Formats: sequence, structure tokens, C-alpha cells
Amino acid sequence: MSTRPVGLPRWVVVPAALGAVFVLLPLVAVVAQVDWSSFGALITSESSRAALALSLRTSAASTAACVVVGVPMALVLARTRFPGQGVLRSLVLLPLVLPPVVGGLALLYTFGRRGLVGETFPVLGEEIAFSTLAVVMAQTFVALPFLVVSLEGALRTAGERYEVVAASLGARPTTVLLRVTLPLALPGLLSGAVLAFARSLGEFGATITFAGSREGVTRTLPLEIYLQRETDPDAAIALALVLVVVAVLVIGLAGQRRAA
Amino acid sequence: MRLLPLLPAVLLAASGLAACGGDDDGSGAGAGGTGGTTLVVFAAASLTDSFGQLEQDFEASHEGVDVQLQLGGSSDLVTQVQNGADADVLATADEANMDKLSADELGAEPQVFATNTLEIATQPGNPDGIAGLADVAEGSDVDLVTCAPEVPCGAAAQGVAEAAGVALDPVSEEQSVTDVLGKVTSGQADAGLVYRTDVIAAGDEVTGVEVPEAADVVNRYPIAPLASSDQAELAAEFVALVLSDEGQQVLADAGFGAP
Repeated sequence: MSTRPVGLPRWVVVPAALGAVFVLLPLVAVVAQVDWSSFGALITSESSRAALALSLRTSAASTAACVVVGVPMALVLARTRFPGQGVLRSLVLLPLVLPPVVGGLALLYTFGRRGLVGETFPVLGEEIAFSTLAVVMAQTFVALPFLVVSLEGALRTAGERYEVVAASLGARPTTVLLRVTLPLALPGLLSGAVLAFARSLGEFGATITFAGSREGVTRTLPLEIYLQRETDPDAAIALALVLVVVAVLVIGLAGQRRAA
Repeated sequence: MRLLPLLPAVLLAASGLAACGGDDDGSGAGAGGTGGTTLVVFAAASLTDSFGQLEQDFEASHEGVDVQLQLGGSSDLVTQVQNGADADVLATADEANMDKLSADELGAEPQVFATNTLEIATQPGNPDGIAGLADVAEGSDVDLVTCAPEVPCGAAAQGVAEAAGVALDPVSEEQSVTDVLGKVTSGQADAGLVYRTDVIAAGDEVTGVEVPEAADVVNRYPIAPLASSDQAELAAEFVALVLSDEGQQVLADAGFGAP
């Protein structure tokens, strides 16, 4: 039964290595720029800690929001057929190609005080304006497609065989979904959630356009980095490194749990 | 192996930040390709309209010369110059940023060519009846937006508040004056502290309220040719145009004060 693995042609390694260098070298350059003597002081300043805490809180909230609405969206896209589905899928993925600033403007025109929804329900508009909720909304808007794409792909790869068997044995649709479909697609869901979290963590354009920038309320780590760069490039670099490390940690932890 | 599909996530977290600055990266230094001469002028974003006009005037009087304007935040522009951007002339919105450049990076001593002061931009027609800083200060019902103290317009806002003896409690401290104006024109905020030139450029979208105390905090705009320019003569001529009566008129029309 044992088969010899099909080896990759050796030339593939060359472009792969070039790609890796292209991505990793800028990271190395960032680390090389860090002023280690003041690193500790720079990343533990009050504004830095407030920004990091806010980023972690909002990214967790937006990832949760992505899971709550993204899982049903991926299920509908992967397991049903209806007219216009292809168009709908493209539209759902739109935030992937939309410049984040445009995404922020779109949210402003929708949920802003003078927006489509915000004007109809002024209380809602007032509530959202310049609030942490607005940050979570902006992050969810840009991160949602990552979860949907990732999970939809996993659902399609898993196929419907086991679901058909479960149904033929008398399981109800909800039972099939919770006991068969989702467990099979769990790795896809997890990597989708990690992608969504990472995208939320790095979110900048939509946040500054839609939510504004105020310490502890709407100024997330990327906004703090961009602002610090104005006066203190060393602090910006130090914070950027923190952002990268947090992202790597989250992804590493999620990968470990998945492997377990 | 299993971690492989997650790798893009690391990059995403880092790239989301980079993507935001994508529209103002320094790629304007390319040659025109028309065979003529290209003069690259780095100018603060608040100079967009007036320098656009001066660009046309300069090109009209210098046949074969293509002026390329690179507009952006002053600190961004200075960073780009320090990192070897191919610019001939630099005009910033404040002296602090120009001062970051050393004498051997500058082709000549910077000269102040315009000034700008803050005003309160309110909703059209000023529905909240804002008459001065006290009406937008801490404790008022007005949702005020300013620039962050780290950027020139925010430093000016702090200075004006101090001069007026009031404390401001903005709902948001924005990255740039454009962001402040955007929050007011979109109706998200009731009022914002922006430059007089921004109020004029926004036309009917906002109503400006003058702040007497703003006269104490004047933003001075310096301009200088850069040492790295290989067209020192043309660069000097462009600086001369900005300082000439013709240039000063264009700037005055946009709402800038005389140097």
C-alpha cells in the first residue's frame, strides 16, 4: 500500500524561496530598525497599552461577529443553489478588493448620523458615531469575507456524503449540521476565524474613516502606530513589531490547537 | 505542514496597515516620458488647489517642463525626502517638519510663503449657533472633532484652546485636517477645528466660524528647493513663482494669509 511520495520538481524551490524572501525581508528590516534600548518604555506607555488592549478587544468581538453571521453565510453559499448565487457571492467578497477607506465611507453612508440607516433611526446613528462599536463594525466589514471564503472552501472540500448518510439514518437537518457538517469543516472554520482576527487586528482605513480616533475608545494599535509615526518613528516601529508578534502568537496558538 | 494555511494571516495583520498608506506613496518621481523636463514638487495636502493652479501657470511659462505635484502630509513628505525621494522642491504646512531636514539636504534656506489659521467648521448654516471656542469646549453638547496633538493642525488646536483659556474634549482626534473636515461634511460630527483654507475649499458643505484667539497660533508654510535636485535653476524659479505677487494672489484666493 505504501506509495512513494511524488516529489516536487526542484525548480519550484527557487520562486518559492524568492517569494519567502520578499515577504520576510521587510519584517527583518522592521526588527533591524527597532531601538531596543527604549523598546520597553515605548511599548508600555499608557497610550500604547490602551491601543493594544482596544485592538485585542475589538478584534475578538469582530471575529465573534464574523463567526455568528459568516458561518450561516458560508453554509448558504456552499450547500444551497438559488438564482443569482454567483453574483451574491461576488458581492459578499467585495470588501476584499475594496480599499478599506472606501469601506469606511460606505459604512458612514449607511450607519452615519446622516446615513441610510442612521438617519432613519437617529438613536442608532448617535450611538454608533465615534464609539468602540463603530470600530468593531468596521473590522467585521473587512474581515467577514475571509471567514466566509475559508469556510465555504472547506465545506465544498468536505463534500455532502456523510450528511446524506446521516440524513438517511433519520437525523434532522439541525442535527446533521451540528454533528456532521460543522465538525468536518472545523479546521476551515478555525483558519477562517484566525484570518478574520488577523485582518481585524491590522484594520486601519475603514476604522479611521468610520469610527475616528480617540485613545481608549476608537484608537486601535494600527491607528496609534500611524499617529506615532508623525512625531516618534521609533515608537511606531516598536508598536508595529508588537502588532506582528501578537498576530504570530494568535496564529501559532490556533495552529497548535488545531493540530492537537 | 498544518500551519501552512494560516501563514497568510500573519501577513494580513501586517499588510492591512501598509495598505492604508497606499494612495500617497512616493511614486510621483518617475520621468514624464515625453522627452521634456520634469520638475517634482512635494507639497502639503492643504496646498492641493493653489499649487495645482501654480503648476499650470509654471508650465504655461516654461515650455517643455512638466511639473509633477506630489501631495501628502508634511511629515510623510519629509520622510520620503529623507529616504531619497527624487524631489526638486518641498513645501510643508509647518516649520517643524521642514526643520527636520539638514542644511545639506536643502538647496537653499527655506522661505515662508503663506500662513494659515484655524477656524471652526460647523454644519451648513451653523444650526447649533456656535459663536466661538467656548461653545464647542468641554461640557458643551457639541460633538467636536480636532486633529491629534501629534500633527500640526492638532498642535495648533491645542495652542488656540490655551490662548482662549478653554479645555477641548473632542470625540475624535484625527490624523489629518482632511479627516476632520470629512467628519463634519458627512454630518458625523457637529463641528471641527480646521484651517481657514479648508473651510473655503469646502464651499457650501460647512459654515466657518472665526476664532479670534486663532490669530495667536499662526501656521507658517515654508518652501525650499532640495539639494538632491539636478534642476536647481528650475526649482529656484518655481520657488520664485510661489513668492511672487502672482503666486501670492493665488494663495490669498485660497484663504491663505500673507507670510
